[in-house]
Formats: sequence, structure tokens, C-alpha cells
Amino acid sequence: MKKTWPAYPYIFWMVIFTVVPLSLLLYFSLTTRTAAGATTFSWEHFGRFFEPIYLKVLFRSLLLAGISTLFCLVLGYPAAFILADRKLNHKNTLVLLMVLPMWMNFLLRTYAWLTLLERKGLINTLLGHIGLPPLNLLYNDFAVTLGMVYNFLPFMVLPIYSVLSKIDHSLIEAAEDLGADPTYTFRKVVFPLSLPGVVSGITMVFMPAVTTFVISRLLGGGQYTLIGNLIEQQFLTVGDWNFGSAISVVMMLIILVGMGFTSRYEKGQEGGGLW
Amino acid sequence: MVKLFMKRGYLFGIFLFLYAPIIVLALYSFNNSHSRGVWDGFTLKWYIQMFQDRQILTSLYYSLVIGTIASLVATVIGTMAAFGIDNMKSLPQGTVMNLTYLPVLNPDIVTGIAFMLLYIFLHLQLGFMTLLLSHVTFNIPYVILSVLPRIKQLDRSMYEAALDLGATPALAFRKVILPEIMPGVLTGLLLSFTLSLDDFVISFFTTGSGVSNLSITIYSMARRGINPKINALSTLMFVSVLTLLIIVNIMMARQKAVKSKEA
Repeated sequence: MKKTWPAYPYIFWMVIFTVVPLSLLLYFSLTTRTAAGATTFSWEHFGRFFEPIYLKVLFRSLLLAGISTLFCLVLGYPAAFILADRKLNHKNTLVLLMVLPMWMNFLLRTYAWLTLLERKGLINTLLGHIGLPPLNLLYNDFAVTLGMVYNFLPFMVLPIYSVLSKIDHSLIEAAEDLGADPTYTFRKVVFPLSLPGVVSGITMVFMPAVTTFVISRLLGGGQYTLIGNLIEQQFLTVGDWNFGSAISVVMMLIILVGMGFTSRYEKGQEGGGLW
Repeated sequence: MVKLFMKRGYLFGIFLFLYAPIIVLALYSFNNSHSRGVWDGFTLKWYIQMFQDRQILTSLYYSLVIGTIASLVATVIGTMAAFGIDNMKSLPQGTVMNLTYLPVLNPDIVTGIAFMLLYIFLHLQLGFMTLLLSHVTFNIPYVILSVLPRIKQLDRSMYEAALDLGATPALAFRKVILPEIMPGVLTGLLLSFTLSLDDFVISFFTTGSGVSNLSITIYSMARRGINPKINALSTLMFVSVLTLLIIVNIMMARQKAVKSKEA
């Protein structure tokens, strides 16, 4: 049973479809084509990324993703906490309800927000009925943040829920026996124990939020540019593959370095794993 | 009591937030008016027209075919790989596992673009084949990550006992090992199929020449206003998934009841 050959097709596959493509990306990001048609090594695409106009896009993407992650945490932690309550009835059904929306195409769910947020949409109609002026809810930072929070909230709730529901209840009882009130127990026992879930929730929300180009396109309008939109434009409209590759490489490095930090944190806590 | 009420209220609020757009979508699939935001009476015409719409049916077909083939291929390659990886020494194992995590962690848009560069580099025509290859690739790691924990939990002595009792390795594998890892394999298969069905970003960059799955069709429609026919289709898909889940849950509950009776 000590054979390793069953993994060879996979390794072969991964070299062709993961190593080679990423090498190509790196190659494009580091080369430039001279007027004579020759390809030479160059750092210029990375240099260009540090021009203020692009840094601003990067900063904006990080900021919006950060705000969305914070909202997800503030909204999601109490939800996970309530779901993990041992006295809660129909727990499995409720957890299932949390996952179920993800079974509907996410483009459609995001698109459906247009109907709610529009100038003449449902929310503004309701506001009008109670005599309030209509709000500008679409094609701005608010709409994009809302779209991110909406799409990624379950990714925050589920890991926190799974960690919270695994906490040994005798620890909480012990704290109570020793005279801690519920708030103090939460601060000193439950919250620290739930941190691995919080960390994986944060990464699972932040990463896709930084690189999305669909949410910003649909809810932010055509002119709205996040880093994902910038990459898409370079490849599909501008046709500057070298610069597009350079931005992709930078994005990848940001994500992988971030993941490196969090996985080191998680390793100290428990065996890790996706679920 | 007040506390319980508040907790229920909070959960209800969260669920309202998560389901509001879905409810709106479903409602407007029955709306007589073509434009969203105007309610003009109940109708089933979008459901009827949906079944006559070539573009929607073709993209549904591509989504299902790609999802099925990609998840099956990925499950075979991934399950085999999990066995091989489990038997590796720690250094190669670490390297291969890092390589496995890379596509899972990498932003979709970067993966999609890297695929696109590869296909253009290899002079492959962007279309059905490239879409399928990409889907298989991004599915395999999820299969490995579902199967590998199961393999690590295997009791080796059971397999050896089967061999001692005269089973051929193939028979022992089929009768002893396969049933043990089956839940992991099925999780991987289902996960792959759903990921494949729902994927937009990677498909967007790796398809061409008129081959589009549902996500791509929806995206291209979103720019000029989504057709209520799409609402009808997704309502149908959502309801079928819901029904499937309810049936599975009832069956599992029954199995549990039978088992606890036997015990």
C-alpha cells in the first residue's frame, strides 16, 4: 500500500494547468516587447502599478473589502453565536437556511439587488409611502459594500459557527461556577476560543472581496473601478497583457502572504482543515 | 423570554437580508410586465417562454454537461491522487499539498487569466474544451481535500486482514477501503458539481466561440436588463435544489430512526 503512482496523473495535470499558467503570468509581467519585436526583461509594469492612479484603485479595493469584512464580522458573529446556542430548536434547518442562498447563481442574486435599490425600486417606493425622500442607493460605494456583505456573509457565519459549536461546554460551566457573569465568560472564555473561526471567516470574506470584479461592475456601474475591474480591462478591453499580468501577480502575492499569516495562526490552534 | 425573542428577531433579520433578493427574483418571475419594478398581474408566460428560448436552454445544457463531466473526471483524478499523496514521504507530500492549496487560495480572476494565457500559448481554440479543462483543474483540489482526511482515518489492519483472509488486493480495496472513503468521495463530487455550476469568473476568461454557460449568459444579459425568463429558470432550479435537500434530509432522518430502533 505504499505506492505513490496514483498521484502521478494529478501531478502531471497540476504542472500543466497550474505551474505553467502561473509561470506564463510571471513571464508576461516581467517582459516587454520592444519596437523591433524582440522581448526583453523589464520591471516597468510593476513600476507602472505604483503610479498614484493605480495605487488609488488598490487602496480603494482594500478599503472597501476591509469595510465589508468588518460589517460581515459585526453582523455574522452574533448570528453564529445564536445558531451555536445549544437550546436553539431546529438548529440544522437554520444552518441549512444559511447555506441555501448560495445555491442560487450569485450573479442573479446580486442582480436582484438592482430591483431593490433602484431609484424607483422597492426600497425607495416604501420610503415614498411613509413620506421620506428617495435615496441614492445604487452605483456608489454603498451599493458595492452591500453587495459584498450580502454575498460573503455566510462565509463569515459558518466558520465561526462551526468553532463555537465545538467549544467544550464544561469550560463555560466552570467559568460560571467560579462566579463569572455571562459577559465576563464570553470575553474571557468563549471569544478567545472562537478566534480561529473568526480568522478563517475574515480571510474567506476579505480575499474574494478584494478581487471581485462582478459585484463592482453590477452594483457600482460601468465606471466603477476596483482592482479586479482593472485586471479585466487590461486583458479584455485595453489589451495590455503585460500590465494586466503584473497587477495579477501583485494581487496574488497580497493574498498568499495574507494567507501565510493566517494559516500560521491557525496551525497553533488546531489541526486546521477547511471545515 | 425577551432574550429569546431578540435572538429570534436577529436571526430573522439576517435571513430576511439573505433571502430578500431571492424572493424578489421569484416574485418577478410571475410578473406580467417585462420591466422590473412594475407589478402587472400574475402570469406563467415566462416559464413557458423559457422552455422555448434557445440561448437559455443551450447555456443550461453547457452548464450541466460541463458540471457533470468536470466533477466526474476531477473525482477520479483527485481520489487517486489522495491515495498517492497519503503514501508520499513528508517532503514531496508537503510540496504537492502546497501546489494543491495554490488554486484554492488564488483569486479566481488570477486563475482565470492564467488559464487564458496557457490556452493561447498552446494555441488551443477557446471554447468547450478549454472551459472543461479549466473546470476539471479548479475542481480537483476540492476533491483531494474532501477525500484525504478519510484516507488518513483508514484502519490499515482491516485491509491487511482482508488480504490474510485470501482477498485479492483489488477485492480488498473494493470491499474494505472504498466503502470507508465513499462519503469523502461523494462530498468531493457534489462540491465539484456545485462549484462548476456556479462558476463565473474562470469560465468568463476561458471560453469562446459561442460556448457560454448559464453564468456567462446571465452576465451578458445583466448589461441590457435581465430577461424574466432567467428569473423563471433560476426559480425552478432553486426549487428543485430545495426539494432535493428536503428529500435527502427526510431520508437521512428515517435511516437514523431505523438505526436507533435496531440498537
